[in-house]
Amino acid sequence: MKPNKEMIWPRIALHALLIVFVASTLFPLLWMASGAFKTYREVLQMPPNLIPAQFNLDNFIELRNYFKVEIFLANSIIVAVVTVILQILVSIMAAFAFAKFNFRGKQVLFLIYLAAMMIPFQIYMITLFRIFVGLHLKDTLTAVILPGTFSMFSIFLARQHILGIPDSYVEAALIDGASYRRILRSIIVPMCKSVIATIAVMAFMNSWNQFIWPLIILDSTSKMTLPLGLARVHGRFRTEYNLLMTGNLIMFVPIFSLYLFAQKYFVRSLALSGLKA
Amino acid sequence: MKRRRGGDLGTLAFLLAPSLAGLVLFNLVPMVYSIYISLTDWDGVSKTPQFIGLKNFFRVFSEELSRNSFLTTFKFILMYVPVVLVLGLLLSLMIHSVTKGKQLYRAAVFIPVVMSWITVSFIWKWIYDPFGLLNYLLSIFGIKGSMWLGNENTALISIVVATAWKDLGFIAIILLAGLDNIPSSYQEAASIDGANALNRFFRVTLPMLTPSLFFVMVLSLINNFQVFDQIYIMTAGGPLNSTRTVVIEIFENAFSFNRMGFASAQALTLFLVILIVTGLQNWIQKRWVVYETE
Repeated sequence: MKPNKEMIWPRIALHALLIVFVASTLFPLLWMASGAFKTYREVLQMPPNLIPAQFNLDNFIELRNYFKVEIFLANSIIVAVVTVILQILVSIMAAFAFAKFNFRGKQVLFLIYLAAMMIPFQIYMITLFRIFVGLHLKDTLTAVILPGTFSMFSIFLARQHILGIPDSYVEAALIDGASYRRILRSIIVPMCKSVIATIAVMAFMNSWNQFIWPLIILDSTSKMTLPLGLARVHGRFRTEYNLLMTGNLIMFVPIFSLYLFAQKYFVRSLALSGLKA
Repeated sequence: MKRRRGGDLGTLAFLLAPSLAGLVLFNLVPMVYSIYISLTDWDGVSKTPQFIGLKNFFRVFSEELSRNSFLTTFKFILMYVPVVLVLGLLLSLMIHSVTKGKQLYRAAVFIPVVMSWITVSFIWKWIYDPFGLLNYLLSIFGIKGSMWLGNENTALISIVVATAWKDLGFIAIILLAGLDNIPSSYQEAASIDGANALNRFFRVTLPMLTPSLFFVMVLSLINNFQVFDQIYIMTAGGPLNSTRTVVIEIFENAFSFNRMGFASAQALTLFLVILIVTGLQNWIQKRWVVYETE
């Protein structure tokens, strides 16, 4: 449609409406961020002021004193980083096998992988918990990490991508005497950068935000990840929103920073998978 | 070439071993184990669970709390789906039709999607607090507020609104991708044939968008049959069990009441429900989803 003078009012109305949507998205977030620096008295004040009367860091100190929030943060970072690395390794290896090898039962095995992807986690979490108890891994970070390292969806995504790499590349390298591991490292992985980034972003987000599995498998406060630790804070201080918002801010800043850097991978991975962790 | 490629068994085993181990240990075994446990009265402690056949599955619908948790989950979904579809469609159409600032709008509405449910739940708990933002805004207009999350008539819908707030950006971005895929020549052709904007929307845009709408509908259903995090934080299933969804039921039966067998039966029943509803959607889609045939 060509822009002309008569079209200007509808356009302004459109932008105004969009700004309402955006404001209703952003206002609660700004409110959360400002709440982290407010006193308990100020946080309950209505109408709310978006900019605190004075920026005090007492909430952060209190969260540290009562709940060792820095340990929750460290645990969350460890879990997320290890999950990302392992999930990339596992997915690329399996995807390479499915895309460039021929073996008996390949189609059937791949169908089983796909079927496993369709089963929601909540369906078998009870028995998964029993298995980890049996492995003597209950209440460990290893138990939080391990199930998240296997994403059938990431394998599927990587396989689709590697299928697009011409067989002739692999064959030429084989003739030159390269081993399969060498081919994986020097040919496949460099050509999979975007899919690796997508997997990394997806794995990080799912791991950072996961709640129900840590809730089931962890008991001790020293092992808790941020979402779980903050649920604990919430259990003790139901309405001290200044403390809850401080915890929220600590949990929000890392994932938000990653989003700012890698926006297109977030959108891509979520649009492709569409399934929550 | 084929022969040599298939021949390197050691490499193949090395490549597949980690994912196979994960598949067997963390997917297949728990699934089969769940089916077995659902047929027993296992309490999570005793060494010798009794085999009780399908009794647990009958209880899933004969026990009031359990039956109601399925109804509550359906109610949640019935409120949630129309809200996010209509608002998501509206939002995507608006972003689609602006030229300036498109990227910025997209980026902004997507932020809640990457946040954790815990963050979202704390924020909305604060909004719904008796002394919170919502009641304050209502008081400006002279409307007396409510205890939103503390009242069994408003708790569920309040959580639906918070959930929709988080998911709206996701729905809108998927639909936006669908809109961007409609060739502009279709619109132009309709214009030349004299179709007005409303006609173009209902005769061209909407039918062409049905595959995307179908996709987000299937996802919304699958995801929200499993709704848990936000409810656990905001109401923990209360007040008066009015927000007690299936996964809250499963979680409590398994980990608070040690009814592992019964909880497994509930979980498998939920899985069956998801399969049936997804299957139904697939069957009905033939009547309303328009696929381009080329």
